[in-house]
Amino acid sequence: MTGLRPARTIGAVVRARLSDTTFAPFPVPTPRMQPSVRSGEAVHAAATPHQLAAVDAVVARLATLPGALLPILHAIQAELGFVPPESIDRIANGLNLSRAEVHGVITFYHDFRQAPPGRTVLKLCRAEACQAMGCERLEQRLRSVHGVAMGETTADGALTLEAVYCLGNCALSPSALVDGQLLGRVSEAHLDALVQNARMKGGSR
Amino acid sequence: MTFTGTVTVFVPRDSAAKSMGADAVADAIVRVASEHQQAVQIVRNGSRGMLWLEPMVEVKTPSGRIAYGPVTVADIAGLFAKGFLQGGAHALRQGPVGEIAYFKKQTRLTFARIGLTDPLSLSDYEANGGLVGLRAALAKSAAAIVDEMVASGLRGRGGAGFPAGIKWRTVLGAAADQKYIACNADEGDSGTFSDRMVIEGDPFMLLEGMVIAGLAVGATEGYIYLRSEYPDAHIVLMAAIARARAAGWLGASVLGSGKPFEVHLRLGAGAYICGEETAMLESLEGKRGIVRAKPPLPALQGLWGKPTVVNNVMTLAAVPWILQHGGAAYAAHGVGRSKGTLPFQLAGNVKYGGLVEVPFGITLRELLHDFGGGTASGRPIRAVQVGGPLGAYLPTSKFDLGLDYEAFAAAGGMIGHGGLVVFDDTVDMAKMARYAMEFCAIESCGKCTPCRIGSTRGTEVIDRLRQGDRRPQQEALLRDLCDTMANASLCAMGGLTPMPVLSALNHFPEDFRRN
Repeated sequence: MTGLRPARTIGAVVRARLSDTTFAPFPVPTPRMQPSVRSGEAVHAAATPHQLAAVDAVVARLATLPGALLPILHAIQAELGFVPPESIDRIANGLNLSRAEVHGVITFYHDFRQAPPGRTVLKLCRAEACQAMGCERLEQRLRSVHGVAMGETTADGALTLEAVYCLGNCALSPSALVDGQLLGRVSEAHLDALVQNARMKGGSR
Repeated sequence: MTFTGTVTVFVPRDSAAKSMGADAVADAIVRVASEHQQAVQIVRNGSRGMLWLEPMVEVKTPSGRIAYGPVTVADIAGLFAKGFLQGGAHALRQGPVGEIAYFKKQTRLTFARIGLTDPLSLSDYEANGGLVGLRAALAKSAAAIVDEMVASGLRGRGGAGFPAGIKWRTVLGAAADQKYIACNADEGDSGTFSDRMVIEGDPFMLLEGMVIAGLAVGATEGYIYLRSEYPDAHIVLMAAIARARAAGWLGASVLGSGKPFEVHLRLGAGAYICGEETAMLESLEGKRGIVRAKPPLPALQGLWGKPTVVNNVMTLAAVPWILQHGGAAYAAHGVGRSKGTLPFQLAGNVKYGGLVEVPFGITLRELLHDFGGGTASGRPIRAVQVGGPLGAYLPTSKFDLGLDYEAFAAAGGMIGHGGLVVFDDTVDMAKMARYAMEFCAIESCGKCTPCRIGSTRGTEVIDRLRQGDRRPQQEALLRDLCDTMANASLCAMGGLTPMPVLSALNHFPEDFRRN
């Protein structure tokens, strides 16, 4: 399967292994110091007790919903910005599923991250309608001027760039979603300002 | 200038309008009005669908609602100076909404209320024809509701075009302790946004359609599977469900009838394949969105193995109108076996992009030129992709095709969910063909081999073709691969990916021979 799925899924598999202290079949690499990091390649710190408590609370609150796994993963990510790999055990126990089933669902869906994103998350649409209006120029601008490619986070942790396939704003392409806010007719100048704002926004990852 | 009395001003809450600054415009109107000591009431309505005019602000005047657009914050002071609260002349004035040609030429059945009302107002909804269909349904037997649906000729609006009434009849006839209505709101096709506009602009209509479906087939529970890429729609829908429940439109006794119906909302997680009905059911059950083999049909073994009506948002949204006016009235619109209206969506490189609800039978040329006004870039149109990422790329020579299911299928295309994505003459169709394969590789669920492997091999073959590496052999290989995908894939994802690829290759062969 791994050779055939997109890079994001492969990354997720590697990520899960790196962070799993009970299963480390190969030496854990140190983070690469580059202008940007591929989401999932950086080794992040273990989940904090606070984060694990949040996971447990979500599982306790939603476990009885029919088809609870996706609502639980959404709720964890809404609260923490990502789904810590350590939550797999806890969710599996709470829902009486195998770890593989939980891991399989997390890695199947593009939405779920297993590492913290940057302080601002920019989802740039690369579907047909946005291509017809030049979204590739925007992607190029982010890569060449701001040093961040799809699936990457800037080294200062300011901004994560993710690809999205349609935001339903196709008459006002190109479109983007910035921390849940939809933007239409996005220009290169628009992006420059957005990245600058993201870099000025304080706080830790 | 100071006017007496409170003036009602409509600023859309539709996310397309918000993406162009509608929230800031609404705030600015309140601020400037207060500076003029003028009382205004802001209503956040749905969008009228003339999206190039967004944010399109409407002012209620004695002579009707006057539209101004596209309005920016910088325009507000000038609009007040020109007396726009009385419908005064201004460069942005578009006139009475109903007189705008783009709007006037439409046949709005499903979209009749959208933009007219406050989407979350129960009283607005009832005052404008809401619940009439549901009350009619409550007075009928289940079989009589299904008969009305069959008579309407309504076909599934998700893309497959299966007659909704027949599907409902199958579920009605299935014996089970529990049945479900599953609404597919995973509108993933690029170039489509009608589901989103219904959810954000008239959510009670969708809920009403689901309740009627439940009455028709004996289901007491409904699930809406909404894509996570629509955060604004999610907020509106959650609020609408809560209000409908509080008002007794949903719950243990719908409108006091003693019949129960409850609606649950679930979010997708960024997987295009979950728009496929069986993958959606898997996802609703909390699993990976892996396509199921059919049979068994979801109508007999659907959600948690129970008989389930799986319908698109647009299908269910058409139901209240049909129950209100009768199936025959709906079937009076359209052509051939394509009955009723379809809300087409003009998208991509188009001058007047937006939503156009018209009866089936309209031509591409009318939609793209008469409504769309050509490209946004001002260059000639070269291609249009109809029906989403799995639809065909059509050249201008096909623009006189009438849009109905059968005519389009005969011409090697599909209408799908009614999205039209326009490209100008700078488009590289070989690149678009490659993208179609790449998209399939990214979004394939991985269950069947032709889709999972064929899509990756497809991008490689197109790459070699574009590089001019043994071109005749690569083209033969690509056609052979497309044949395998079209005929051996489990679902439409792999099965229809050849449609954009081969239509690009057949209609624009020169783009594959650039090197």
